[in-house]
Amino acid sequence: MHKLTEVQQPNLICCKCQIPLTLGKVTLAYLGSTFPVELYKCAQCGLVYIPEELVNGKMKQVEAALEDK
Amino acid sequence: MDQKLLRQREAKCVQDNPPGCTAGCPVHVDARGIAGAVCKEDYSAAFALFHKMVPFPGIISSICDQPCQQSCRRRDLDQPIFIRALEQICVKNTAAKPQVSVPTVKKQQTVAIIGAGLSGLTVGWELATKGYKLVLFEATGRLGGSLWDIPENILPRTLIEQDFSVFQNIPITIHYNTVIDSLDDFAVSYDAVYVGTGSRRNNFGLTEDENGNINVEPISLATSQAKVFAGGSLRRNNAERSAIMSVADGKAAATSIIRFLQQASLTANREKEGVFVSELFNDITGIPTETMVLPANPASGYSLEEAGREAARCLQCECLECVKVCEYLAHYQGYPKRYVREVYNNLSIVMGIHRANKMINSCSLCGLCEEVCPGNLSMAEICQEARQMMVEKGKMPPSTHDFALRDLAFSTSELFALTRHQPGYTTSEAIFYPGCQLAASSPDHVAKAYRFLCEKLSGIGLMLGCCGAPARWAGQETLFREKMQTFITNWRSMGSPRVITACPTCYSLFKENVPDIAVETLWTVLERIGLPEGCQQAFPPQTLAIHDSCTTRYDAVLQTSVRKLLEKLGHQWAELPLNHEKTVCCGYGGLMLYANQEVAHKVIERRINESHFDYLAYCTMCRDNFGGQNKRCFHLLDLIWGVDRQTTAGPGISERQHNRAKLKQQLLSELWREHTEKPELKRKLYIADEVLATMERRQILVDDAAKVIEYAESTGNKLKDVGGEYYIAYFQSGSVTYWVEYLPQADGFVVRNSYCHRIEITE
Repeated sequence: MHKLTEVQQPNLICCKCQIPLTLGKVTLAYLGSTFPVELYKCAQCGLVYIPEELVNGKMKQVEAALEDK
Repeated sequence: MDQKLLRQREAKCVQDNPPGCTAGCPVHVDARGIAGAVCKEDYSAAFALFHKMVPFPGIISSICDQPCQQSCRRRDLDQPIFIRALEQICVKNTAAKPQVSVPTVKKQQTVAIIGAGLSGLTVGWELATKGYKLVLFEATGRLGGSLWDIPENILPRTLIEQDFSVFQNIPITIHYNTVIDSLDDFAVSYDAVYVGTGSRRNNFGLTEDENGNINVEPISLATSQAKVFAGGSLRRNNAERSAIMSVADGKAAATSIIRFLQQASLTANREKEGVFVSELFNDITGIPTETMVLPANPASGYSLEEAGREAARCLQCECLECVKVCEYLAHYQGYPKRYVREVYNNLSIVMGIHRANKMINSCSLCGLCEEVCPGNLSMAEICQEARQMMVEKGKMPPSTHDFALRDLAFSTSELFALTRHQPGYTTSEAIFYPGCQLAASSPDHVAKAYRFLCEKLSGIGLMLGCCGAPARWAGQETLFREKMQTFITNWRSMGSPRVITACPTCYSLFKENVPDIAVETLWTVLERIGLPEGCQQAFPPQTLAIHDSCTTRYDAVLQTSVRKLLEKLGHQWAELPLNHEKTVCCGYGGLMLYANQEVAHKVIERRINESHFDYLAYCTMCRDNFGGQNKRCFHLLDLIWGVDRQTTAGPGISERQHNRAKLKQQLLSELWREHTEKPELKRKLYIADEVLATMERRQILVDDAAKVIEYAESTGNKLKDVGGEYYIAYFQSGSVTYWVEYLPQADGFVVRNSYCHRIEITE
């Protein structure tokens, strides 16, 4: 899961904090497993961005694998 | 499922029982496999199959009396397969020669064989492959015994020599021209003795049967003297002599000698060693007759072309009755005996990957397998039970049935659920229970049907809700019981009246779970009370192929009513190849469509291609599934009140919930004069068709997207795409996190994309 972030820098800003997103540590969890990953997020308020490709690709695979564990 | 139940269930599936020919062969030659290989012109594979069971292929293929033909299934149709002739061409047409492999590590025990006929040589061959020391005594100067009495044109001498050449490579001491008369001093020198002296009558002091043959125990071939075994022609009268029986005796005696030397039981677990009756079922209805191919030149046997034709006559016996009719069972490329084991193993895993989860969840639970299985094995029962166990152990993948269960929650919530006596009545003679999916798909028909029932009968209450089927199918038995109990409580509050339902699944689940309920379908009621006037004009007369619902496969009364109603409506009907008690599921049952879309689509595809006629269904999900794959399919109510919607696929997931809620509001308002507040969305959402289609596929409701936008707009927790000028926001609702890309537009928002996941963002 560490390599979740092979995505190019998104052209996104956090609306609240008005700053661009930067890579930062995010903890994801499913069915009792937690995994720290690097994702683009707002360094100030912590709002996260997960792109669609990641959700429907790697994340779906991980979900399915954990569900069958 | 414990080990005992597992075995009981496995035993019901006869698919991996051997075909009749193999069971009927004293040495279990795989004649079906041989015929299959000959069909593929793979003669070396065919020869290998033959030689695997028969040490002397050249001899046996020339003189076998083919007891296998007695149990060849083709015999029940016309004539059995000419198996020996196929074996013969396999020997003739391969470069492979008879072989024997002897282990390098030798055993210490020495076995004496008296008589070098087929049975004695088979004992030698078998024991040599196990590394025993062998001493053979033969009264004449050559191997083969009475084989040499067979005319050369039937048994060419070259074949005898070729088959017996293996003895040059076996560590065996052969004493030719040596007659053994008595076992008295002889037997003490050996660890075991086999007597196979054929027609040379000498009882060696062993006890005899009433025919004067040496008395042997039929399974082990043990004689009256310990460590002495006997078999072959000496225990048969002349008329019963058989080369293959001699080989079989040799094999049986070798097994007994090994067991004797290992001090194991001589008879345990040997019931199926010789000829037995196989339980394999093979349906031969509809197979055209075709007589046996006889070689044009009997002396030289089959030509390759003749062999090919005869091999093609082989029925390749197998059962697969269930697999033939079920796309789900076919999809996993096995058959129930294997599946039962996979399910059992899957349930037994403590740590590791549960590979069979998807297989267990993909069954439609329709019960057709049980109906067609000669042993009545039900995969539905097994999968249903497995799902319940998975739920109990917390091992059910949460995503599989999540949407269906949320949809169930919606249908049993105040947004849809309703229990009312007919307006103006304080009691109910009967209640109409349309079912959640008919209300979702054809709300207008529900309203019309209810009004019609109220008009023709009196005291007809209405109950909207869901019977709990999705919970049952998902293995959520506690939830199912809870939903069923809610129904029962509401129904009792109405005075436990007769229930008229328009859904076959509600019907069957009420019948099964509410002991004292009087329930019938709308169809039997309509047949009795008559159809609304003028409804025959809804569609011009046509022929429709009827698709029976799988949840009511055994309800012949209901099925007859449907056909009679169709007739009254002025239409004719055609029967699909699988219908009535053998009907197939539409792909929705058991939540198959949620667990495995690929298999569900195969199921639907197969069903809709069974007839060129338009279809008639009496379950709304059947109609919607067939329509969704572009098969024109009417629901029975469509024929009565006309098609009430534009697409045959039916409404999407959001609209279905919306339709249910709207139906409740409409009926309350129009019939009971109760006006409910319509919870209007604060802001309008604009969603393009292709975006909505994507959301449907991802099981994202419009309401889910609305919640995300509501959250983002009220908290300001949203991202802005600088280039595209749109917002991205996410919000976790229940166990799903929804993402929406959106932009403001006048009085609302345009949703440009939405996706979701179940992994939680914790910090």
